[in-house]
Amino acid sequence: MLPYSGSVSLVSSFLFPPLQFVPPPNRSDWLCVVTPSVRRVTRSSDWSKSRRFPTGLAHSPAEDSLKMAASLRCFLRSGKKAVSALGQREFHRSAPAAAQVTVRDALNQAMDEELERDERVFLLGEEVAQYDGAYKVSRGLWKKYGDKRIIDTPISEMGFAGIAVGAAMAGLRPICEFMTFNFSMQAIDQVINSAAKTCYMSAGLQAVPIVFRGPNGASAGVAAQHSQCFAAWYAHCPGLKVVSPWNSEDAKGLLKSSIRDDNPVVFLENELLYGVPFEMSEEAQSKDFTIPIGKAKVERAGSHITLVSHSRYVGHCLDAAAVLAKEGIECELKLSRSPLPVVVLQVINLRTIRPMDVESIEASVMKTNHLVTVEGGWPQFGVGAEICARIMEGSAFNYLDSPVTRVTGVDIPMPYAKILEDHSLPQIKDIIFSVKKTLNV
Amino acid sequence: EYEPSHIYLNRAVSAGAAAVVSARTYADFTNEATFEIKKCDTFKLDEGPATQVVMTRDEGLQYYRTMQTMRRMELKADQLYKQKIIRGFCHLYDGQEACAVGIEAAINLSDHLITAYRAHGYTYTRGGTVKKIMAELTGRRGGIAKGKGGSMHMYCKHFYGGNGIVGAQVPLGAGVALACKYQGNSELCVCLYGDGAANQGQIFETYNMAALWKLPVIFICENNGYGMGTSVERAAASTDYFKRGEFIPGVRVDGMDVLCVREASRFAADYCRSGKGPILMELQTYRYHGHSMSDPGVSYRTREEIQEVRSKSDPISMLKDRMLSNNMASVEELKEIDVEVRKEIEDAAQFATTDPEPPLEDLCNHIFHNNPPLEVRGTNPWSKLKSVS
Repeated sequence: MLPYSGSVSLVSSFLFPPLQFVPPPNRSDWLCVVTPSVRRVTRSSDWSKSRRFPTGLAHSPAEDSLKMAASLRCFLRSGKKAVSALGQREFHRSAPAAAQVTVRDALNQAMDEELERDERVFLLGEEVAQYDGAYKVSRGLWKKYGDKRIIDTPISEMGFAGIAVGAAMAGLRPICEFMTFNFSMQAIDQVINSAAKTCYMSAGLQAVPIVFRGPNGASAGVAAQHSQCFAAWYAHCPGLKVVSPWNSEDAKGLLKSSIRDDNPVVFLENELLYGVPFEMSEEAQSKDFTIPIGKAKVERAGSHITLVSHSRYVGHCLDAAAVLAKEGIECELKLSRSPLPVVVLQVINLRTIRPMDVESIEASVMKTNHLVTVEGGWPQFGVGAEICARIMEGSAFNYLDSPVTRVTGVDIPMPYAKILEDHSLPQIKDIIFSVKKTLNV
Repeated sequence: EYEPSHIYLNRAVSAGAAAVVSARTYADFTNEATFEIKKCDTFKLDEGPATQVVMTRDEGLQYYRTMQTMRRMELKADQLYKQKIIRGFCHLYDGQEACAVGIEAAINLSDHLITAYRAHGYTYTRGGTVKKIMAELTGRRGGIAKGKGGSMHMYCKHFYGGNGIVGAQVPLGAGVALACKYQGNSELCVCLYGDGAANQGQIFETYNMAALWKLPVIFICENNGYGMGTSVERAAASTDYFKRGEFIPGVRVDGMDVLCVREASRFAADYCRSGKGPILMELQTYRYHGHSMSDPGVSYRTREEIQEVRSKSDPISMLKDRMLSNNMASVEELKEIDVEVRKEIEDAAQFATTDPEPPLEDLCNHIFHNNPPLEVRGTNPWSKLKSVS
């Protein structure tokens, strides 16, 4: 076991580019990523800051396999330097004008662009205008668009959520911000009974094009009443779409899609991710970049086990994947006679909780035969529970070599003390432990 | 069968707000008359609605026909409910007709209106047909919401229901008004709630925001004296519902007199449209039926009370007396209207009981608007149902 000292100070330094297994020729879509040599990174979420770490597999399988083959040849011939150089070259060629953008800025951009594009879009919520947003997500928007389109509300969630829904019924396209989704409980009747159900009750006569957005789930040290995850609550209800982005691209693309959608969308952000910068491709920075609601994304190819997650924990899964990959290498070096299997995780970022892209999960499980779900919410009746049920009911069940494992928040109200708080949410070690248990290694 | 004694020529009856246009003028009828109506109590207003109002013969006939249609429609619904052809919730509006008709007479169809669950009358005045309303009550495919909504969830253009959650419609109404102001179209929203709902917190949140942002919304409290089985004295520390807006001016109106309601609504609409912000109206009215069909309505009030209101303040009788005593219509003419209304209701009920129920294929439709088709899980994993927008 690796010495592991908590979630914050994970050292994921790569001494050598690891040699991943060579996949069979007809399965190029789940080629493992060859991780080139990178600088020492000191925080678990910093993996994304590394400019040499590819940010996801938006490339074609053919491109991947070419890269892979080239990397392998280089590695075999000349060792790490060539591979890293190749990796660097490839990376720069494929993403010429990429930029580091925080999730906050990505959300801000999305709203700015949509406000500009459609006169009917407006934002209302507490402190969204003159305060620039409680978390500064709407910074600059009031200055640009004024009182008519960026509206500060009094502290009346039920009232202003209802007003937002009414405005949507009458033809506008409101973005209703809850300072956190914990406060949305005050207004949940308006979200469910007035927004979600109306299209159905009116047999399609009355649409409600509204977005409810705000931070969801645990923050840092805000204790029980401010830390609940509402993904399961809202995803339970037909008539709503529930979206949970992870990185900046997700945030921008999904928020734009949500605003353009003619139906009520619950957009669950995460406060801890607001300040985290992620790579955004040039395409993602364009004004018409949208990500379809209802499609998950494979963030990291893998072959041994599938991890499904949403929001902040996608990052944790990728960190776990990095650790497990590295661990495999270290073991390989030490015991050169019988190397332990390298555990290669496929990480799926759900992006949308409802409608859930079960097909992507099933397709992955049919290849990897193992599944672990990771979420911050409570276990009972949660997102992971739903995934388990769907996998059991579907065709992927026959491909499972072990039961699905859920990694969730601890089934308690969130405590305040740091040590308690840290232990009430999934840490990377919990993910790694669960992966190993599921794989029985 | 009753045969009309004479046939009117060139009569056009439009669906919805049934306007009666009679090309044959009766030289011996007065075309318009001035009526003295009750003065309204006001709150934070220098002057109230006018107390002398003019009503024309045509207006009178239209109000009469509309109120009679609403009355008969509700009574027919009562009958069908007792025959178990209508099920679930059925909240009847008879006794309160003057409110719906008076309000509609003061606003335009381009304005907006939202109310709670006692909504059949408003669905009619806002443009729904009796046929579609009754078919919705019986849950048929010809219903105004294709049988998907039922009694409490009827919608038509610029009418936002029909809302089941007490008080939730009030913020919605203010939101509609916000949209009117945002779009700069000088439309307003009439937002109704009952004396029971008047104690909901979200209504006070809405008062605050409507007044703060000067939204063009007319809040109307239909005070029929009882919130389900609880009388106003037992529910509210202050029963002056027109004053509950605190910083919003208010008017208390006799809700049984259609002209009073009309005049006050005109006053309120002018106030709103001038950009002064929201205004509150309390309509003092009465419902003959219980809260819903499952409530006989006599456990918390006496039959004598109901009878007294019926005999002294019935809105249709009051209008009828006014027209007859001012020589604005004849008894036969009004009887004629009654007959036509009865026929219309009979036809609608016939349609509502014979129209087929919605097809099962419709079960999962209309979940979303403008959405590509999706699959919906049925009751078991093998049941995969299709949903289109």
